[in-house]
Amino acid sequence: MSRTQSIQPLIASRSAAHRAARSRIVSLVLAIACLAALVFSISGGEYSITPAKVVQILFGGGEGLENTIIWQWRMPRAAAALIFGAGLAVSGAVFQSLTRNPLGSPDIIGFSTGAYTGALLALTVAGGGFALTSFGALLGGLLTALLVYLLAWRNGTAGFRLILVGIGVSAALASFNHYLVLRAELDVAMAAAVWGAGSLNGVTWAGVIPVSIVVILALLGVLIGSKSLQMLQMGDDLASALGMRVERAKLVLVVLAVLLIAAVTALAGPIAFVALVSPQLARRLVGSGSLNLIPTALTGAFLLAFGDLLAQRLFAPIQLPVGVVTVCIGGAYLVYLLNRGTQKIRS
Amino acid sequence: MLGLLAVVLALLAVASLAVGSRALSLETIFNALTAPQESVERSLVLSSRLPRSLLAIFAGAGLGVAGLLAQSLTRNPLAEPGILGVNAGASLAIVSAVGFLGVSGFAGYVSFAFLGAVLTAALVYLIGRPRAGSADPVRLVLSGVAIGAIFTGLGTALSLVRPQAFDQLRAWTIGSLQGRDASIILPLAVLTILGIALAAACSRSLDGLALGEDAATALGINIHRTQILVLAAITILAASATAAVGAIGFIGLMAPHAARRLAGAGTGWIMAYTCLLAPMLLLVADVVGRIMLPGELQAGVVCAFIGAPLLIALARGKKAVAL
Repeated sequence: MSRTQSIQPLIASRSAAHRAARSRIVSLVLAIACLAALVFSISGGEYSITPAKVVQILFGGGEGLENTIIWQWRMPRAAAALIFGAGLAVSGAVFQSLTRNPLGSPDIIGFSTGAYTGALLALTVAGGGFALTSFGALLGGLLTALLVYLLAWRNGTAGFRLILVGIGVSAALASFNHYLVLRAELDVAMAAAVWGAGSLNGVTWAGVIPVSIVVILALLGVLIGSKSLQMLQMGDDLASALGMRVERAKLVLVVLAVLLIAAVTALAGPIAFVALVSPQLARRLVGSGSLNLIPTALTGAFLLAFGDLLAQRLFAPIQLPVGVVTVCIGGAYLVYLLNRGTQKIRS
Repeated sequence: MLGLLAVVLALLAVASLAVGSRALSLETIFNALTAPQESVERSLVLSSRLPRSLLAIFAGAGLGVAGLLAQSLTRNPLAEPGILGVNAGASLAIVSAVGFLGVSGFAGYVSFAFLGAVLTAALVYLIGRPRAGSADPVRLVLSGVAIGAIFTGLGTALSLVRPQAFDQLRAWTIGSLQGRDASIILPLAVLTILGIALAAACSRSLDGLALGEDAATALGINIHRTQILVLAAITILAASATAAVGAIGFIGLMAPHAARRLAGAGTGWIMAYTCLLAPMLLLVADVVGRIMLPGELQAGVVCAFIGAPLLIALARGKKAVAL
């Protein structure tokens, strides 16, 4: 796999202009789809407002109750879905590029598993509320990521070693998580399972604004570093031969990627699969083997926004955790793409 | 080295008969196994401890070899027995059986779990099977990830709607040898031996495949047939072991990495080492779990806590073998 990937950029320059054009068109279509998901997400619910009216209110034409419903109740959740989705997708793209493995995702360094451990401890042992759970998740995730990084360090962090250490630490924590869930009362365990699947139920501006600021800043950071990311994708040796300070660049990118996933997870729980599948989907949509951060971010945003729309409406009034829906639609779409068979599938 | 490991495995098996909430001496065990008259010890050894040790040996070997095959076939170190969606399929089947058919207890759902695992693996293969002219396993890996994700999502959603199914699922997921029905041992043993035989028959072809598709073709290996046979072996081994002891996929991930370290190159040798190392890990985990806490700690939990430091130490060692 790694061999084919390292020569890809050389072959790819053949139709670079064509690819760039296609990438722009795909991005435009995805952006429109994101906005549509936003409008539909805001328009529905117990008090339904027509999409046309929503657009009018969004441009400042609303008053009274409708304004409150849209701006205070529904907008935080809809905006969170878009911004968080983009953050998760880019975080996944960074990890897949650095480990050069299609199964790479922030889970590789155990972040999500560690965050779930922290949240579970907060919920089951400390009997914590929302703030304590968020704090537990953040602490658990960051400590786990740090542990994996330190354990994998040995004159640098070779992708393979990082993967193995990550698997080990995650497996131990995952099984500790199962143990905590098994020991807990059934209703506490189920509440924990909803958190563990990842959910946007009940998010407010107070949570969304600080998290979004962190996510947007980290996204910009990764975009600035995307040249290094493309070089690292060709392999550590080649990148360092091209004059890169490999370990420093890797560290900065990993920190940014962890920041993205940490901010989102603290508020919404470990939303499964968006980080893993978005880079793969974007790659196939654009039809290019190399990294495309903007289509990736937009794919993630759309996936989470659309998933949350379904999570809210599918079994209303029962609200599913959005993570349950994102795995299903992300998985189904991946199956469809695999089956279409017109493009050679690359890792 | 191989002989030494075999001796260690045998000693561990004996230890697993002796250790527990009621410790038995070697003499008592020997008498219980050979003497015909009924006694408390005899029934304890024969009906409770011996089946459990056999379960650990067969399920451990099955998971280990399935993991090795998955890693060799996909040439991906992250591959584990669950790569074909076996765990997800089994858990979805359990949730459906408990939540909608009113099945209860382990004996009720073990056949559902097996069936769910096999059907899911078949579906994953149908979607991800390599296309003509290419033996690239990435399609298969992604198909397994995709189907696994969908079924996990469905299983979680259903279990959140049906609390009693959630309750059963959380007990199964963790992986344990406790309270299993002795009647599952015979089918498990038959399937495991069948699967390992199939795997052993493919080991030479897998060696060739490790050199790359072109070299393998030049060596006269039928790539397509090898892939199908290996996938069949993974399915048989992983589905039967997972149905029997729960989702302890970590053994299948960890044991082959350790075996590769000990055996060096050669799929056949790595497989032989895996067949010994994986059951050892599961036996130790089960025995430690019996005595560590009052009550019992599930083998799945202990396994991860013993295996993880080992895996990390291996990964940090100079000789960590990439695929």
